[in-house]
Amino acid sequence: MSLISCNNLTVKIADTQVCENLTLSIKTRENWAILGMNGCGKTTLLHSLAGLLLPQSGDINIGTINLNTLPRREVAQQLGLLLQHQEDHFPGTVLEAVLIGRHPHLKSWQWETESDEQLVIDTLKLVGLEHFSQRSILTLSGGERQRVALATLLVQQTKIRLLDEPVNHLDIHHQHEVMKILTKNDDNIANMFVLHDVNLAARYCDHALLIYGDGKVLQGTTTDVLSEKNLAELYLYPLQEIMHNNQRWFIAN
Amino acid sequence: MRPLSFIIFLSVMSILLITGSLMVGSVSIPLKTVWMTIIDPGAQGASLIVTELRLPRTLAAFATGALLAQAGALMQVLVRNPLADPYILGVSGGAATAVLIGMLLGLTSAFGLTGLAFIGALIAMFLVFVIAHQKGNWTPTRLLLTGVVIAAGWGAAISLILTLSPANNLHGMLFWLMGDLSYSYSVSFAFSALIIGLIFSMLLSSQLNVLIRGDKLAATLGVNLKQLHIKIYILASLLTAAAVVQAGSIGFVGFIVPHLIRLTGLTDHRFLLPAATLGGGILVLVADTAARTLIAPQQLPVGIITALIGIPLFLFLLQRDAKQ
Repeated sequence: MSLISCNNLTVKIADTQVCENLTLSIKTRENWAILGMNGCGKTTLLHSLAGLLLPQSGDINIGTINLNTLPRREVAQQLGLLLQHQEDHFPGTVLEAVLIGRHPHLKSWQWETESDEQLVIDTLKLVGLEHFSQRSILTLSGGERQRVALATLLVQQTKIRLLDEPVNHLDIHHQHEVMKILTKNDDNIANMFVLHDVNLAARYCDHALLIYGDGKVLQGTTTDVLSEKNLAELYLYPLQEIMHNNQRWFIAN
Repeated sequence: MRPLSFIIFLSVMSILLITGSLMVGSVSIPLKTVWMTIIDPGAQGASLIVTELRLPRTLAAFATGALLAQAGALMQVLVRNPLADPYILGVSGGAATAVLIGMLLGLTSAFGLTGLAFIGALIAMFLVFVIAHQKGNWTPTRLLLTGVVIAAGWGAAISLILTLSPANNLHGMLFWLMGDLSYSYSVSFAFSALIIGLIFSMLLSSQLNVLIRGDKLAATLGVNLKQLHIKIYILASLLTAAAVVQAGSIGFVGFIVPHLIRLTGLTDHRFLLPAATLGGGILVLVADTAARTLIAPQQLPVGIITALIGIPLFLFLLQRDAKQ
């Protein structure tokens, strides 16, 4: 069954035509990579799918229900979005910053329970921040802050996860740790990753959506879509494919 | 320190300081007389100074500070800017303009001036709301810039009125502008506003915890941004209006107190709001007591004292925080 889908979706921002009459269906346990050059509209598309921006035309459905007819709170119970930038103007602990991920699951008068806090502690451990719960978020490094944002998304416990550059600021160790955690997928989750690293896409994703920035898109399995020819056309830069240990790698020439 | 024990500590401090403030002044009144007067104001030996002068003034000071600190905490979340204070969007400027026009026209009754202040505050609030909200996309920056520009406009209007005013009006006008509790008209009004405001703030507090981490993040976590923005705006503006009506513009309280509370480690708004409310009350109460006793029988504008206490305290905590 498709967790999130769109029909005839047209998205435009300023002078950039992101997609035209796009029909897309993301199913349980699928991991999609969204690839494209800077400014082609990857983030805009992700925000449209999350309901933060209104598309020019077309429908977005969560399961079988139209996104626009759902209250924000119910959307947030099913769909989570990792933003590219975090706004930190005010102090707070890591624990507090992650705990807000539970917000859609709590009634307005309800306080977080022991189990909510335990979930946060466990999740911090998962992303390698087990000793950080009482640290101020204003003292974190870029990569640590990114993992706090990821933990916030994880404790939201949504079936659909949209991730805008999830490995931003992360070192190689944490890039792979994070991609493994997200694509582990024993919970019938679907992920959509905006990525700049083609090799992460080839390794962790089963589907890809290539956005060319002129309204043209290409979608399919990573095996089909990720090729020297398609990627060179996408990035306007020549790439070379090599096989190593049964894994495809793309190197910029 | 645990949040709840800190709030209890602030509550106890409030009661002690209110009592202390009733004892000191041009005439010292012993604790025994103060207690007796509070328990039974009609009793033999009860102090008229306490019932008629000090009690209303003390409570007005506490309520004003509490209103301002609460409004400041809300305003900082609304415009997502740590520099925001309750006056930043021009609510006090509108009130001051209306009051000064009233004074210029010879109005002297406290009731009339209070009414004018409230009308001025509402006009200012409505003006910023309508202009900032025009196209429906209300970003914190747009709201902040609109408010700051309109506030500058009120500032110019105030200067104009001061320039045109005869010399014998100027003293009263300047006192009002610097924050003055001797005009306080209705303490029960301020306390009602405070309690109703706190109830509404507390209902929003868990959403404030989310909103403070950013608009978009709040939206992805199920917050209805437009509704929440409007609720905070109305609440913060009305709280500010209630404070301005009571005492003119008392600077620093609404800006500094929420930060003071944050620097002690309370950042969850479900604790921050009540703690800031009590902390603001305490700061203005202490400042006002000093303002009316330091060079008694002469009085100082309370706004000067809040700055004298608030600024060093704030800088001290900021230094300590940087060292940790």
